[in-house]
Amino acid sequence: MTERVGRLRGSWLGRLLANPLGLAGTALLLVAAVQVVLGPALAPYDPLEFHPRNRLEGPSLAFWLGTDQFGRDIFSRVMVGARSTILFGVVATVLGTAAGSLIGIVSGYVGGRLDDAIMRLMDSFMAIPNLLLAMLIITVLGPSTTNAVLAVAVAFTPSMARIARSVTLSVRTRDFVHAAVARGEGAGYVVFREILPNVIAPVVIESSIRIAFAIMIGATLSFLGLGAQPPASDWGLMVSEARSFMFRNPWLVIWPSLAIGTVAIGFNLFGDGLRDALNPRVGQ
Amino acid sequence: MRLAYLLKRVGFIAVILLVVSFVVFAVTQILPGNAAQMILGEFALPEQLEALERQFGLDDPWFVQYGRWLTGLLTGDWGTSMVMRQPVLPLVLDALSRSLVLAGLSLLAVTFIAIPMGVLAAARRGKATDTGISVVSYIGVSLPEFVTATLLLVFLTRPEVGLFPAGGYTPPGEDFGRFLSHLVLPVLTLIIILMAHISRQTRSEMVDALQHDYIRTATLKGLPRRAVLVRHALRNALLPTITVIALDVGYLIGGIIVVEEVFAYPGLGRLLVFAMQNRDLPLIQAGALVMAAVYAAANLAADLIYALLDRRIQYD
Repeated sequence: MTERVGRLRGSWLGRLLANPLGLAGTALLLVAAVQVVLGPALAPYDPLEFHPRNRLEGPSLAFWLGTDQFGRDIFSRVMVGARSTILFGVVATVLGTAAGSLIGIVSGYVGGRLDDAIMRLMDSFMAIPNLLLAMLIITVLGPSTTNAVLAVAVAFTPSMARIARSVTLSVRTRDFVHAAVARGEGAGYVVFREILPNVIAPVVIESSIRIAFAIMIGATLSFLGLGAQPPASDWGLMVSEARSFMFRNPWLVIWPSLAIGTVAIGFNLFGDGLRDALNPRVGQ
Repeated sequence: MRLAYLLKRVGFIAVILLVVSFVVFAVTQILPGNAAQMILGEFALPEQLEALERQFGLDDPWFVQYGRWLTGLLTGDWGTSMVMRQPVLPLVLDALSRSLVLAGLSLLAVTFIAIPMGVLAAARRGKATDTGISVVSYIGVSLPEFVTATLLLVFLTRPEVGLFPAGGYTPPGEDFGRFLSHLVLPVLTLIIILMAHISRQTRSEMVDALQHDYIRTATLKGLPRRAVLVRHALRNALLPTITVIALDVGYLIGGIIVVEEVFAYPGLGRLLVFAMQNRDLPLIQAGALVMAAVYAAANLAADLIYALLDRRIQYD
């Protein structure tokens, strides 16, 4: 098993980088990663510092991307906002994936009535569009970044549970699972050591594609006033706040939009590239 | 056989909607600070709160409240909006009709733009046109709706450009021209979002179809390229594409919430955002349930269209 995984890893990375789109996606992700890690260090100003004499200015040497309605430096705000905007998508996806995988594996492994009940519940959650479900949850929990992360994680859980369950169902009857059960291993061992490793690959592919979507939903929630709150420099919030001043200083809208766009495109390209690399038949 | 399948699916939708109604109800029940508090404000006296709670029936156990709400839904009494002090049903139906106009126009427009684009991309497979179309649609699908919408606002509604109104709504009966001009930018945003999906699907189905023997036969028979593409390949490629269009309604619902909000278009999405910002429970419940119903209906439509168009598929 380990040998197969090792061989797979050597070739999928190569395949990902050999594909120009996958390479572009990886490059954009590296840029995003630099922003997440070094963003605050790269910002020349405090993102909350007012420069009352320099309000709503265009790009200049002093303020590379211009300033907003309070004279805050847009470049600094974009750099600092990268962390919360990007990590939002990653954390929400990881949480949703973990919860969904666990639910799906247990549901598929136990089977019977429990499986039926869980899956019907998941179906009804899936009958509510993701953004709407997230909005409903935030209405209950109150608008904040943490609650928005939880909301998106919950919204992502059902589809992940479905994938994990279908893999579990196909693996459950295989010989190595029977063997483990026959050896007298407990349910925990069988679930985590025998079934989970098989579920990981398809679930990771799906979640890598979903990160871009999660970042977009997160930014959208901030835009609607349901996620990050002022004076945070979350990119969605920046676009939303800039709308009142968009004719006086269009840069105010353009920069954070560009930032969201490149990151979303990066994750999309990376996700598609990864799927094709791990699953060569799909790519053809 | 087909009727039984249809009934089964409709029954399933009814069950799903029942569960969704329960989820929506449960979600709104957990809300801290109830409606009475909302209306009277934080300085209300306890006696006033109690009186109003009794008036709304908020002091009943949850299952009584749920039962009452459900009976009301079925009998046309959808409650009263707490903020607007108006019956919910006409509010929701009005908003829904405006959203359906927006959604319908967008779907229609995107079908007539994206399918030819997909066909073109497949016909010029690997050439610059193909790459150009993929790049443009990739960017379109990667930008969140609010970004696309806001960028369109910045560039197309600037006072010195003044092409379109920045937002709002005019009833068609009042001034049809203005009614249309208010729809242009919202529809354009939704087109940009949906285009990628549909044109990609069309392209990949066309590429698939073009590899079949009957295409070679048609070409060797001396048919013009155009006829081969449209009459032979597209006819087979269209089926999965139509299903994708119907499934895209889910995307459209998410997109429409944002687009209506950005362009101040008074549809169901904007009504729901308004209700959520003001914690208007009856309005949130009704709005969310109607959206889920539209979503379920669209998914059913996708299945049925598929079944109707493709005789090879037998559902049971």
